[in-house]
Amino acid sequence: MSPSVRLQEMIRVIRSARTQGEERGIIQRECADIRAQFRQGDNGERSHSLAKLLYVHMLGYPAHFGQMECVRLIASPRYNEKRIGYLGAMMLLDEKQDASLLITNSIKNDLSHSSQYVQSLALCTLACMGSAEMCRDLAPEIERLLRASNSYIKKKATLCAVHIIRKVPELAELFTPSARTLLSEKNHGVLHGAVVLITELCKRNPDTLDQFRKVIQTVPELVQIMKGLVTSSYSPEHNVAGISDPFLQVRILRLLRILGHNNDTASDAMNDLLAQVATNTDSSKTAGSAVLYETVLTIMDINSESGLRVLAVNILGRFLLNNDRNIRYISMTSLQKIVQTDHNAVQRHRGTIVDCLKDQDTSVKRRALELSLALVSAVNIRSMMKELLIFLSFCPPELRSQTASGIFNAAERYSPSKRWHIDTILHVLTTAGGDVRDETVPNLIQLITTASELHCYTVHKLYRALVKDIAQQSLVQVACWCIGEYGDLLLKGECEEIEPLQVTEDDVLDALETVLQSHMSSPATRGFALTATMKLSTRITDNVDRIRSIVSIYGSCIDLELQQRAVEYNALFKKYDHMRYPAVLERMPVMDKNSPGYTNGDTPGEIKEPDTSKPKPVEAGLLSEPASQVCDLLDLLGGTDTPLQPSPAPTSTPTTTSSADLLDLLGGLEPTPAEMQKHCCVYVHVVPTVSVYEKNGLSLKIQYDKQTETEVTVSLIASNSTQNDITSFTLQAAVPKSVQLQMKAPSGNVIPAHGLGQVTQTVLLNNPNKASLPCFRFVQLSFLLNLSALFMHKLDYTFIPPTGQP
Amino acid sequence: MQFMLLFSRQGKLRLQKWYVPLSDKEKKKITRELVQTVLARKPKMCSFLEWRDLKIVYKRYASLYFCCAIEDQDNELITLEIIHRYVELLDKYFGSVCELDIIFNFEKAYFILDEFLLGGEAQETSKKNVLKAIEQADLLQEVRPGPALAKQNVPLFVTV
Repeated sequence: MSPSVRLQEMIRVIRSARTQGEERGIIQRECADIRAQFRQGDNGERSHSLAKLLYVHMLGYPAHFGQMECVRLIASPRYNEKRIGYLGAMMLLDEKQDASLLITNSIKNDLSHSSQYVQSLALCTLACMGSAEMCRDLAPEIERLLRASNSYIKKKATLCAVHIIRKVPELAELFTPSARTLLSEKNHGVLHGAVVLITELCKRNPDTLDQFRKVIQTVPELVQIMKGLVTSSYSPEHNVAGISDPFLQVRILRLLRILGHNNDTASDAMNDLLAQVATNTDSSKTAGSAVLYETVLTIMDINSESGLRVLAVNILGRFLLNNDRNIRYISMTSLQKIVQTDHNAVQRHRGTIVDCLKDQDTSVKRRALELSLALVSAVNIRSMMKELLIFLSFCPPELRSQTASGIFNAAERYSPSKRWHIDTILHVLTTAGGDVRDETVPNLIQLITTASELHCYTVHKLYRALVKDIAQQSLVQVACWCIGEYGDLLLKGECEEIEPLQVTEDDVLDALETVLQSHMSSPATRGFALTATMKLSTRITDNVDRIRSIVSIYGSCIDLELQQRAVEYNALFKKYDHMRYPAVLERMPVMDKNSPGYTNGDTPGEIKEPDTSKPKPVEAGLLSEPASQVCDLLDLLGGTDTPLQPSPAPTSTPTTTSSADLLDLLGGLEPTPAEMQKHCCVYVHVVPTVSVYEKNGLSLKIQYDKQTETEVTVSLIASNSTQNDITSFTLQAAVPKSVQLQMKAPSGNVIPAHGLGQVTQTVLLNNPNKASLPCFRFVQLSFLLNLSALFMHKLDYTFIPPTGQP
Repeated sequence: MQFMLLFSRQGKLRLQKWYVPLSDKEKKKITRELVQTVLARKPKMCSFLEWRDLKIVYKRYASLYFCCAIEDQDNELITLEIIHRYVELLDKYFGSVCELDIIFNFEKAYFILDEFLLGGEAQETSKKNVLKAIEQADLLQEVRPGPALAKQNVPLFVTV
C-alpha cells in the first residue's frame, strides 16, 4: 500500500469514529505508532508519519514531539521529505520555540540549492515563521537572491525581504538599492513583490520615502506601469473579469497613495492616471470594484485637485446604489472617513444613506447609522429625525443606545423648537427608554423647566404616556416629576397645544400609586413617585388625606431611601405643616444648564430632591475676588434665580496679548470647578468670548469652549446688526503645521438682520504635539450683503489659547 | 494578511495558515471565537466584519468557509478576489474540488497555498504560473527516493 494511501486510510478511520472518546483512542494509537516510526530513523516512511501527525495536530491534539522530526526531515536530501518537513516547521514551530533556530542552517543551505523548488521551500518557510534572529542571519542571502536569480525565485525573495523588514526594521537599508531596480522587471509576480517591498520601505522610514519620491522618481515609473495595465489589450494570463491583473493594480495604487500623501509634485504627477483609472475601470465585478475602491482611497488621501475629489465621491455614491451589499458597506466606510472634510459632497448622497438604514445586515445598518448622524444639520434635522426615530423602533438591540445618544446629540444641537425637542426626547424614551444613558432624565427635566410655555402641554403628554405604560423607567421618572411639579395644570383641564384630558385628582393619585406599587419600578423611580405625590399635596385640594396615608404607609417600607423620605414627609405633615405650603413644596425655579455633567443646581431650602445633586450654597467666598475682576466674562450658574445672561464681549482691539491676559485670569479659576465637581454641586461655567471682527455691522466672536491636554474647542459666532440679511457667509482659517484643524459644519450661511439671529460654527484644534500651543489664524471672511456686493475680507486675527492648564 | 482559516459548517477546521507568531493556545482561542462569530452570520449578510482590531473577510463556498484576517489598510475587495483565486486553483488542481478533497489531501492544499501566497502577500498573480509550479514540484516528489535530486537550473517560466 502506497504511503499516502496509509495517510488517507488513517484519516478515514479517524473520521469514522462515532464518539469523541473513540476518536481519542484512535488518535492515541496512531500517535504511538508515529513516535515509534520517528525512533526508527531513516526508512523512507518518516515523511508520511509526519504528515499523519500534522493532520492530528489540525484536529487540535498535541503534537510537539514532532518538532525534532521536522528539523531532521528538513535536513534530508530527499525532496518529498524536505517538503513535508518544511510544512511541519511552519505548522509546529514558531519563533517562540527553541527548535526553530535549529533549522536556520538548513534554510541557509537550501537557499543556495541547485533546485529552485528547494530554494522556494526555504524562502517560503522563512517568510512565514522566521524569527528576528533567523532574519538577521539570512538577510544577506536573501539580498543576493533578490539581485541574481530567475524570476521564480526573485518574486519569493522579494516577499521574504518584506517579512525580514517587518521583523527587523534596521535591515531595511540593505534592500533599498535592489528594490529600485526590481521595478523595471516585466514579470508580474516580481513586479508585485517589488511594489510590496517598496511600500514597506516607504512606510517605515520617511527618509526612504523621500528618496523614492525625489531621487528615484518612482511615481512616473509606476504611472507608466499602471497605464500599461489599464490600456493594454486583453491578456489572458492576468485577466480577472476584464481587469488586467487587479492584484498588481491595487498594490500600485496603494504605493502611489503613500508617495502622493502631503506632496504636491507627486500628487500632480498622478492626477491624470487616477482620473483615467477612475473613469475607465469597469466595476461590474468585484475585481473592478476593488481597483476603483483603491483609486478612491488614493484620491482622497493625496493632494488631488477638487475635480478629482468630486469624481471620487461620485464613485462612492454609485457604490451606494450597487446591489452588492459588500460594495455598499465599503462605500459607507469610506464616506465615513471623508464626511468631515467633504461634508457637502457627502450630503448629496444623504437619501441613499438613509435608505441603507433599512438594510438587513447589521454591519451595513451600523455604518448607515454613523453616517446619518454625521450628516444631520440644521437644514435637514426634521426629516432626518423622522427617519432616525423610525430606525430606532426597528433597529437591532446592539445599536439602540448608540442611536438614542446620537438622536439626543443631534436634537441638542439643531432642534428647531423647544416643543419639537421635548417631543423627540419623549418619543425616544417611549421607544427605547431602557437603552438611554442616565443623564437623560435630569437633562430632560431641565429642558422642560426652561420651556415654561409648554408646561401644560408636556404634563398632559407625559400623563398620557404614564397611564399607557409604566415599564420604561426613564419615562416614568420624568412623568412623575412633571406631574408632581405641574399637577395643577393637569387638573385644570385646559391646554392650548394639545387636546386636554379630564383628569381628576383621584386619577392622578391612582397613576402615581400604581407606579409606587408596581414591581417593574426601580427604587429610583419609586422615589420620584413618592416625592411627586408629596408635592401634589400643595397643588390639589380634596385628597390631601389620601396623600397623607400613602406617605405614612411608606414610612415602614423596606427600601431605606423610600422609608427615609416617607418619614420626613410625614414629619412635614405633622410638625411643619406651616412650612409645607407654600415654602417647601412650591414650584421650582427654572434650572440652568451646567457643564459638563448637567447636574442641576437646586435652590437651597428644597428638601431632598430625587437623585439630583444635593444642594449646596454656591461657595461665594471662593469666587468673589476674581469674580469682581472678570464678572463681565464669567457666568455664575446655579444658586441664582436669574437665567443665563450672555456675556458681553470685552471691548477694544482684539490684540492677542490682551486676550491672553484675560484668559489667563480665567485659567486661574479652573481648579474651582474641578473641586466643586467632587461635591457634585454647582459648577462655574466659564464662557469667555473674544471679538475678532467688528465692521460694517458684521461682528464675529470666538467663544472659547473647552480645552484638554491636546485639544481646544472654540465656537465662532457671527451676528449681523445691519438692515439686511447677510447671505453666503463663509469663513476660512489656517493653522500651523503641527496643529490639526477641524471645522464642523456651520449652523447656516445666512445671518438674519437686526441681530435677530446668529451663525455658529464649532472648530476643533488638535495639537498632538503638546510642546507648541495650538493657535489658529483667520485667513478669509466672505459674505454677500444686499444680495449684491460680495465682501471678501482678509482677516489676520490669531487666536492663542491660554497656557494655564485646568 | 495575518491568517487564513478554512472551516466546515459544523465548525471543524480544515486548514489554518498563520502569518503572525502566536502561541498554540492563542491560535486555538482565536479560531474558536472567530468560527463562532462567522457561523452565526446569516446567509445574505455582507462578507466583511470587524473583529477585535482586525478586518475579517469571509466567503462560503459550498460547505466550506474561507476566512481571512487582514489589517486596517488592506483592501477588502481584493482579499475577496484572493480567496476566489485560491478556490480556483484548488478547483483546477483537484478537478471540481469538494471538501473531502481538502480533508484527505490537506498537505497538497497547503502546498498550493504556499505557491500562491508568501508571508501573507500574493506572490504570483498568474493562475497558470502557480499551477505549473505545483505540477513541477509534484513531479519532483514522484521521483523515487534517492540520494540526488534532479538538477534544475533552467528557469521554468519565461519572463513576460
